[in-house]
Amino acid sequence: MLEIRDLHASINGKEILKGIDLTIRDGEIHAVMGTNGAGKSTLSNVIVGNPSYEVTQGEIIFNGQNLLEMSTEERANAGIFLSFQQPVEIPGVSMTNFMRAAVNARYKAQGREQLSAGDFLKLMREKRKIVELDNKLTSRSVNEGFSGGEKKRNEIFQMAMLEPTFCILDETDSGLDVDALRIVAEGFNKLRRPETSAMVITHYRRLLDYLKPNIVHVLIDGRIIKTGGPELANEIDENGFADYVAR
Amino acid sequence: MKNNQYTEFYAQLEENIRQRSCPVMNAQRREAFLTFSAQGFPSTRTERYKYTDVARDFAPDYGIQLSGGVGESTEFCRPLSKADIDVTPYYNHIADTTDSVVALNTMLAVDALLIHVPSDTRPKHPIQINNILKGKQDTMTLRRILIVMERGAEADVIITDHAADHQQFLCNQVIEVHCDDNSRLNLYEIEETNLMCTRYSNVFIREGRDCSVRHTSLTLFNGHTRNSCRVQLAGEHSEAILNGCVIADKMQRVDNNTVIEHLVPHCTSQELYKYVLDDSAVGAFAGMVHVHPGAQKTSSAMTNANLCATRQAHMYTQPMLEIYADDVKCSHGSTVGQLNDQALFYMRQRGISLHEAQLLLKSAFITEVIDTIPLEALRDRLHFIVDKRMRGELSKCEGCKLC
Repeated sequence: MLEIRDLHASINGKEILKGIDLTIRDGEIHAVMGTNGAGKSTLSNVIVGNPSYEVTQGEIIFNGQNLLEMSTEERANAGIFLSFQQPVEIPGVSMTNFMRAAVNARYKAQGREQLSAGDFLKLMREKRKIVELDNKLTSRSVNEGFSGGEKKRNEIFQMAMLEPTFCILDETDSGLDVDALRIVAEGFNKLRRPETSAMVITHYRRLLDYLKPNIVHVLIDGRIIKTGGPELANEIDENGFADYVAR
Repeated sequence: MKNNQYTEFYAQLEENIRQRSCPVMNAQRREAFLTFSAQGFPSTRTERYKYTDVARDFAPDYGIQLSGGVGESTEFCRPLSKADIDVTPYYNHIADTTDSVVALNTMLAVDALLIHVPSDTRPKHPIQINNILKGKQDTMTLRRILIVMERGAEADVIITDHAADHQQFLCNQVIEVHCDDNSRLNLYEIEETNLMCTRYSNVFIREGRDCSVRHTSLTLFNGHTRNSCRVQLAGEHSEAILNGCVIADKMQRVDNNTVIEHLVPHCTSQELYKYVLDDSAVGAFAGMVHVHPGAQKTSSAMTNANLCATRQAHMYTQPMLEIYADDVKCSHGSTVGQLNDQALFYMRQRGISLHEAQLLLKSAFITEVIDTIPLEALRDRLHFIVDKRMRGELSKCEGCKLC
């Protein structure tokens, strides 16, 4: 699904990623854990093509396509989805118009016929239930006036609408209470199909308890310095990163 | 000064104009001629005309329409020459007679439209006036509208500007609005013309006690536009709401100038003007709130927010407050910014193209002004038109059968 080779990236001239190698196969869930400022969010932003970041070296191959040559929207329509750490508020753009533009773009890219207004609203209703997102929220402006938890649910709702094949959850658990965390994580699990893969960025084990990653990476100072099975998350949860940072 | 084409025109045709017109209008003509010929057009050194080159806009050799066809009389609208009330106390009464562009209108206008809403009356439907600029030669039209709202009257008036032909058209419009105590007026002006049209609009509003006037000006497509709106709050507990939005691209220019005078205590005024400028468009907003001595408990808020989508688009914004009373609440703010990069990235990550994302953000910016419109049908229509306009699909008045 996704193959990252020797990836270097910087923002405002400062190098953040210093050579990342990572391979995620179909159906796998990878967790990326690491200290603050290690480059986890940079990695997710670079994969989805945030124009603020500059890739200085390396390549990313997604289902055989050279991702770095594709625009942000092309990558999205190829099936990549980022659940934002801080979802952006867009005053004046209603959730409905926003989702309709996104779904239309997706269908167009897939060569599918556009949904009728009625079918689209039906789809919205259906998918909203998965994350128990209030009807009122979908009639508001995108993320405007949403609580922290509602914003994160809204991210998973959008994921449900767009049915990506590769998801990045960037600290989707931050700012969530235990119940909201469960709804979000279970929502994600419901949406998963056997071939869906994901990269989960988190500081805490609780989200991973729900999502059950196959592989856990430790990212420190722009490099992956350790890769292991699910037990690695437990180890970090108990001992922190002291062992790795000290080196 | 290039204005001699207008003074010469008047000198030659004065008798002709007088014959076609009515005594109330003729009574003001000579004075206006003297003002205009003494002053000529204001230069950009005149504070109120800082952002618009008036002489250049009026320089072309326009044919001047003297037919004065104001149309049939209806229950609330009629030609001023067939007025159902004595309009002497109203006509050219609150218009700024020292302004040359207004004087030119007073000097040459043959007839005017009178909208008269009697006491405690509310027309069942909004009154809509469509102006269609049409013709095979470059033409200046002189439009004069007088709105008289009697005590307790209420009305919605929608005035639209369209152009059916690709000639140079100049519309010089003066609207005077008299609101007697306890009256309410929603006045909408919607311009959807073309790049060859020039519009000079001078709106004067005077409110008595307990009045409410909402003036909404929408410049959706134009060439050069200069709108002025001056409000006198002359009776206590009245409010004035002036909102406007501008969508301009290519080489379009839009200059909005507002003056709100709080003459008495306990009045409220609000202004919200938003501009979206693309390509090499130029926008200007100059808003003045003048709180006269003794106008205590005035509450006033002015906002001008602008979006420049390119580096070539320019916005001049000049909010002004003059306060001569000590117990008032007045605020003013203006911003000029670009599209939000974060929001663009967020939308693109969801698969929305950059172009589409920009459109959504630009429409969203304008939405705030459209959403203030109380008439639901008009609001929905404008949302539709704004969306079309943003997509560049609004070449001429959408859905209009006349042109």
